[in-house]
Amino acid sequence: MYAIDHRDLGTPASTATGKVTLEIDGHAVSVPAGTSVMRAAALAGRQIPKLCATDTLDAFGSCRLCLVEIEGRRGYPASCTTAVAPGMKVRTDSPQLLKLRRGVLDLYLSDHPLACDTCPADGHCELQSVAAQLGVTGSRLPSGGATQRGVSADASNPYFTFDPDTCITCSRCVRACRDVQGTFALTIEGRGFASRVSASQRETFLGSECVSCGACVEACPTAALTEKSRIALGAPTHVVKTTCAYCGVGCSLEAEVKDSVVVRMVPARDGAANHGHACVKGRFAYGYATHADRVLHPMIRERITDPWRVVSWDEAIGRVASEFRRIQAAHGPGAVGGITSSRCTNEETFLVQKFVRAALHTNNVDTCARVCHSPTGYGLKSTLGESAGTQNFASVMHADVIVVIGANPTDGHPVFGSQMKRRLRQGARLIVMDPREIDIVRSAHVAADVHLQLRPGTNVAMINALAHVVVTEGLANDRFAEERCEVDSWRRWKAFVAEPRNSPEATEAVTGVPAALVRKAARLYAAGPNSAIYYGLGVTEHSQGSTTVMAIANLAMATGNLGREGVGVSPLRGQNNVQGSCDMGSFPHEFSGYRHVSDGATRALFEDAWRVPLSGEPGLRIPNMFEAALDGSFRGLYIQGEDFVQSDPNTRHVVAALSAMECVVLQDLFLNETSHYAHVFLPGSSFLEKDGTFTNAERRISRVRKVMEPLAGLADWEITLRLAQALGFPVHYDHPSEIMQEIARLTPTFRGVTYEKLDRLGSLQWPCNDAAPEGTPTMHVGAFVRGKGKFIVTEYVATPERTTSRFPLLLTTGRTLFQYNVGAQTRRTANLEWQSEDRLEIHPDDAETRGIADGDWIGMSSRTGDTVMRAVLSTRMTPGVVYTTFHFPESGANVVTTEYSDWATNCPEYKVTAVEVVRVENADAWRTRRRAERTERAAPVGRTP
Amino acid sequence: MDIERLVAMANDIAAFFASEPDPQAAAEQVANHLRRFWEPRMRTAICRHLSEGGAGLSPLARRGIQRLAEAP
Repeated sequence: MYAIDHRDLGTPASTATGKVTLEIDGHAVSVPAGTSVMRAAALAGRQIPKLCATDTLDAFGSCRLCLVEIEGRRGYPASCTTAVAPGMKVRTDSPQLLKLRRGVLDLYLSDHPLACDTCPADGHCELQSVAAQLGVTGSRLPSGGATQRGVSADASNPYFTFDPDTCITCSRCVRACRDVQGTFALTIEGRGFASRVSASQRETFLGSECVSCGACVEACPTAALTEKSRIALGAPTHVVKTTCAYCGVGCSLEAEVKDSVVVRMVPARDGAANHGHACVKGRFAYGYATHADRVLHPMIRERITDPWRVVSWDEAIGRVASEFRRIQAAHGPGAVGGITSSRCTNEETFLVQKFVRAALHTNNVDTCARVCHSPTGYGLKSTLGESAGTQNFASVMHADVIVVIGANPTDGHPVFGSQMKRRLRQGARLIVMDPREIDIVRSAHVAADVHLQLRPGTNVAMINALAHVVVTEGLANDRFAEERCEVDSWRRWKAFVAEPRNSPEATEAVTGVPAALVRKAARLYAAGPNSAIYYGLGVTEHSQGSTTVMAIANLAMATGNLGREGVGVSPLRGQNNVQGSCDMGSFPHEFSGYRHVSDGATRALFEDAWRVPLSGEPGLRIPNMFEAALDGSFRGLYIQGEDFVQSDPNTRHVVAALSAMECVVLQDLFLNETSHYAHVFLPGSSFLEKDGTFTNAERRISRVRKVMEPLAGLADWEITLRLAQALGFPVHYDHPSEIMQEIARLTPTFRGVTYEKLDRLGSLQWPCNDAAPEGTPTMHVGAFVRGKGKFIVTEYVATPERTTSRFPLLLTTGRTLFQYNVGAQTRRTANLEWQSEDRLEIHPDDAETRGIADGDWIGMSSRTGDTVMRAVLSTRMTPGVVYTTFHFPESGANVVTTEYSDWATNCPEYKVTAVEVVRVENADAWRTRRRAERTERAAPVGRTP
Repeated sequence: MDIERLVAMANDIAAFFASEPDPQAAAEQVANHLRRFWEPRMRTAICRHLSEGGAGLSPLARRGIQRLAEAP
């Protein structure tokens, strides 16, 4: 069932720009060409009865309820499959139409239980609504059909049930799975009364290929597919529109609420990023917000070996203030710092960096982008002039060639992955550059034209080779490059990539990819005509992460694939607000809007607004904070919503650094791995308890609206405010909207952003200012932000991380669909049904030589540490490469990752670690040791005061 | 600060700017990167390391840090 406040218009909107005027029931109606008669009538306020049509799916024409009369046409055409025509005269109601519709409905009702009062869809069932519309209360036909089938409901999926008895086999779920999600998990099996929805090959939903996106549930017009939460909690009373707090797609969601309890989460059909779709996490996995593990009281302790003591907010805030003052008095302003959360709002992260700069008088502020997309900021700013992607998601629907580099969109950005697959099914070509055969290389009705399965750590060599082909085979767009880019840089770069050492043949030994494949990919990309690059952490989390980003930008400029729809360079930002936290100046070297702290004019602007002097020197990045902690010059840290001990590389190094500090303040929902080393715990808020905005990977700013008051009593921004005030910095806001007003005043790219405009337009893509009052979907149109694009020479420099006889395998890491990042949220939901542990994917050849069978426990070691987990034999990687995820603290994947990082930004090289893997005979001993390492600092919590 | 780590980072930075054909410009680019992105105590530590011999620093890293020391 779609959201309770949604008015279904029957069929999707037409994208045509021309208008057609027709007459519906005597009234003139003007709609875009290509609009269905059904949708045109709905827009004119005439709701034609329907069951198989819904406005997220192409028309199907099966239910035969939506028949209309069209002057001059024979019979009774289905309004869903009939497009409007100029001068058309439509009648949506007549005695004959009513007779036909009642006859059809009679058939449906004869095969459907009529116990509406006890049905979870009561009051929101489309079959019920149509019956009421047609004045039908029951069937005249004997009910000997499907209601007598006795087919039991499928409750295998933890989030929804499928009840065949209430299914009207309208095929909406099948079409949703096919056309919206692209998984093709469902079909209609059998005929007549024996027709029924079948998941995969008569599997249960949980056992099938279903990825639990909920598209089928959302499309279902009856109670056949219903959320379990809806069944348990009953009908919601109101809707709160908000934005998902998981990945960088930033799906717009409608929280259907009853007494501050979320009954269900429905994707908003007018969501500009997601268009009515969601994934298993955003759709269903929100229960962590009210999980029993939530810590709702502030806590302090003198030493990290002490038990926690529950205290009042005043005492906790006072402790932080006194400790930070003491530390700074003894060791200087630079001895403390703060980390913003990419799960918190723009307003909250802006406030944290303001607190650090203005109240703590240091630029030691950073964000989790440090460990993911900081190279994107550096690389794209250097070449194009702005630290963000160039397109919106919808642009992919105009791409002819799609290149996916170091990203796994079907797992990491599922809703965008589905959109990409839709374009690919329409005929766009696909190039994948990844050491691993990700799902999109070969899935239902999608296959990559080229999979460049390169060795980890060789991205720059590969992209240089692609560029070599483009330049030496005359495939470059010289005109674009000469008109739009710095000519000197263009010529210098051309000469560089044209050198034989950058050819596919010369780089084959480095990348491991046959030269012929590289040439094929380069020619395909250059041919376009619209070629778009999407990339992820497989690009950035390398010692040459920034270099790779620049190489990608070079390639796009060289082929003219920038500045319009269907092309571009699009970083797939991982977190719901990592783009936003970067935009807000959560960097030691930049204020909001990516302006360097040394820029006197910008600094004066902030000094004037905040009425304090500000430092023009860059502060410490997260890895530098750890180094400084170990040498005693950094001793206090305010951490909002991050778990370094689990997420950052070389866990032992991180633990040592945190242990060396004197006041670690953690503001979070749960006690996590980092909390073992904290002295103050401030209970934070989930997205259900927030008002503010998130900014997604396409620079889209969307509203977050709270469903419930903060469970711990204070919103995250209020906590930061109190900290600043306790340190004597006079700052006050009554509502996050006032923080956004300040952001807009101080940040040119946000100048036109207001809550009123966001409410009115739904969302805004920055830059939003006088030049673009309703935002900017596509960047660098006509000119690059820096004026002329700059080509930058990208020499390949091999990573210092090398395999040895002791560590002969290369480990690369990634994420899955069902768990998210460190798992703090998803591990506390039923998503554990799909993944309850991290596993190591190992090629059968590597496994065989080590005596490892599928499911065996293995020990994985590197020069920094070791851990244990179970093995999965997989041919997704080439021999010599292994792969795992980092969602579970028990497996501690980052125990083995190293300190190597991107030269420009210190983004860790998670994707290349030399390891060895051995079969473990006594996994319990390893796990006990690992558990002991994790829990030796765990302290009990004291009583509530 | 762990000087070995700072030396490795400085060398990595220099390795990127080594593609600049003008040695003076390359050294200035290294120095500028350190000014813009390295916190003062990191810059102080690497400059001190250079003054004490600069063990482990690549030639371009040395020249860049020298520029930094001359014009912090």
